Amino acid sequence: MELKDKLVSSFMAFENTVDLDSPIHEIRSEAIKNFENKGFPTKKDEAWKYTSLNSLRKIDFSIFPKADNAIEYKDVKKYFLHEIDTYKIVFIDGIYSSFLSETTHDGVDVCLMSSALTKPMYKQIIELYFNKVASKDESLTSLNTAFSREGAYIYIPKGKMPKKPIEIINFATGNEASLMIQPRNLVIAEENAELQIIERHQSLTSNAVLTNSVTEIFAAKDAIVDYYKVQNDNANASLIDNTYIDQKGNSAVKVHTFSFGGKLIRNNLNFFQNGEHIDSTMKGVTILGEKQHVDHHTLVHHIEPNCESHQDYKGIYGEKSTGVFNGKIIVEKLAQKTNAFQQNNNILISDKASINTKPQLEIFADDVKCSHGCTIGQLDEDALFYLQSRGIPKKEARALLMYAFANNVLESVRIPELKTRINKLIAKKLGVNLGFDL
Amino acid sequence: MLKINNLHARVEDKEILKGINLEVKPGEVHAIMGPNGSGKSTLASVIAGKENFEVTEGSVELEGEDLEDVAPEERAHKGVFLSFQYPVEIPGVSVTNFMKTAINESRKARGLEEMPAKEMLKLIREKSELLEIDRKFLSRSLNEGFSGGEKKRNEIFQMAMLEPKVAILDETDSGLDIDALRIVANGVNKLKNKDNAVVVITHYQRLLEYIVPDYVHVLHNGKIIKSGTKELALELEEKGYDWLKN
Repeated sequence: MELKDKLVSSFMAFENTVDLDSPIHEIRSEAIKNFENKGFPTKKDEAWKYTSLNSLRKIDFSIFPKADNAIEYKDVKKYFLHEIDTYKIVFIDGIYSSFLSETTHDGVDVCLMSSALTKPMYKQIIELYFNKVASKDESLTSLNTAFSREGAYIYIPKGKMPKKPIEIINFATGNEASLMIQPRNLVIAEENAELQIIERHQSLTSNAVLTNSVTEIFAAKDAIVDYYKVQNDNANASLIDNTYIDQKGNSAVKVHTFSFGGKLIRNNLNFFQNGEHIDSTMKGVTILGEKQHVDHHTLVHHIEPNCESHQDYKGIYGEKSTGVFNGKIIVEKLAQKTNAFQQNNNILISDKASINTKPQLEIFADDVKCSHGCTIGQLDEDALFYLQSRGIPKKEARALLMYAFANNVLESVRIPELKTRINKLIAKKLGVNLGFDL
Repeated sequence: MLKINNLHARVEDKEILKGINLEVKPGEVHAIMGPNGSGKSTLASVIAGKENFEVTEGSVELEGEDLEDVAPEERAHKGVFLSFQYPVEIPGVSVTNFMKTAINESRKARGLEEMPAKEMLKLIREKSELLEIDRKFLSRSLNEGFSGGEKKRNEIFQMAMLEPKVAILDETDSGLDIDALRIVANGVNKLKNKDNAVVVITHYQRLLEYIVPDYVHVLHNGKIIKSGTKELALELEEKGYDWLKN
């Protein structure tokens, strides 16, 4: 059976496991209808021209994994930012692991979507926010909405800040030959609230995993949200990440995406600016090899005046890896004095690697500053010679230059331990033994 | 120490060096002067081993060893240093980390252990003081946003760290104001001893007032057309190059 048919026919079975009287039921029903109509996107869709889901659609993914998949902390410790204390929301094969998690209700809510969707105390907030910024039109988002049941629920009230960063980790145990999981996260930062989130998907074996995740983030007036996505998964794990961000006046949201591994990664990152003096920042470091594929699709919708957006994506592609960057910026007629910057620089280190990069600007206002730049190149020969002439061998010099190229994006990472981790990951990915400590 | 014999080199189809002979002995300072396009920078690059120059005839020898087929990094390990006319900016690598990498790679090539961190810091401090370099400067990205003078000072700082046998200073005076020129020249003079040698490539006599050469050579159209002592530099300053060209 094709994956689409399997999903559609499983929907009823899924609905039987959840509360049919909940207002979410209607949202889910609408969503499955949309997915049924549209199906998986194909290369005929402009937005999916360079990314094919064909091979994934043929896999017989298990949709309802068993619940009793325990893992030991010591076996997965390295996937946590264990150098510092964090809140942790951990899922194993899509199911919440209270053993590995550390949640809180102390002034802020760092807990579970399943609770938020079912408990009366969250009803009002769910009605206000759930599925409010996520697309009702995009088929994979609808697919996630239809099956939305579990994920992270984070609510930071006015003026609050959680004591520590929050890690959201989805482990796949490989107990199923192939597994599809659909996490659904909701993050709400009320006025003047501030938080930091690290999200990671990690498969523990080489069995096939497909994650279709949706995250909705609401940043109210003056809120500050730093969101870090660490994508360094196994060779058979694929991820479709759909992130939707609604920002109000004076808020600042930064999303860093580190794509170092996995079979296929598609990042749909969408910012909607509903207020003035908003800052939206998107940064990405991609380092791929083998036959890995990554596709960054960003959208910034400038709706009101005096806002900024900054995009800086760097990519290093080796072996037969392929990359896509598609950055869309819409500036509405009202959105005067918009400053929108977009930069995508790539280095191809193999003849067989490729990148398709495309800025897409739709500007309806007349007093705006928009800049975009894409580069695709090899390493700078003069820089290489400079390093060699100081005694650094060619191989190390190349690695050092690539490291420097990628590393430059990390300046805005505000968790030092995470920055060091990513630094090390970059060095490891590039196979460099740097002559200095990070 | 450095011996250049009948050196011919070209880039793509263009022959730039057309038979250069030069011998530099330990303890000597040589100046190479000449008009634009005479081949000065090419000579510097060929000595340092830049790959896009093809040596078609002749040789470069360091302490009796032919450097043909010796990679730039190995030349550095053997004691060749080039101070670049245009040092490359490398965002994302700090001056300190760059120097640590360079020093330790050199040590590795010579079969030595990595330099202990403490010793490295001491060395960096000592040498940066010699060039009057601010501590903050060392944590900045290599050459990124440096002024012309800072770049050149940084080059000589690297020279001080690496302690080469033969240092080639390619237009080290360009872009320097008089104070920076004095600091740089003073640094070079302090590094100078009876066992190493310096080749100064310059347009102007100005730098040679501070780094006094034992010999001055005039390069024109890929050949050394005149050699002399430091007085030749003064003569060139006065008369220009035209009187030598025929």
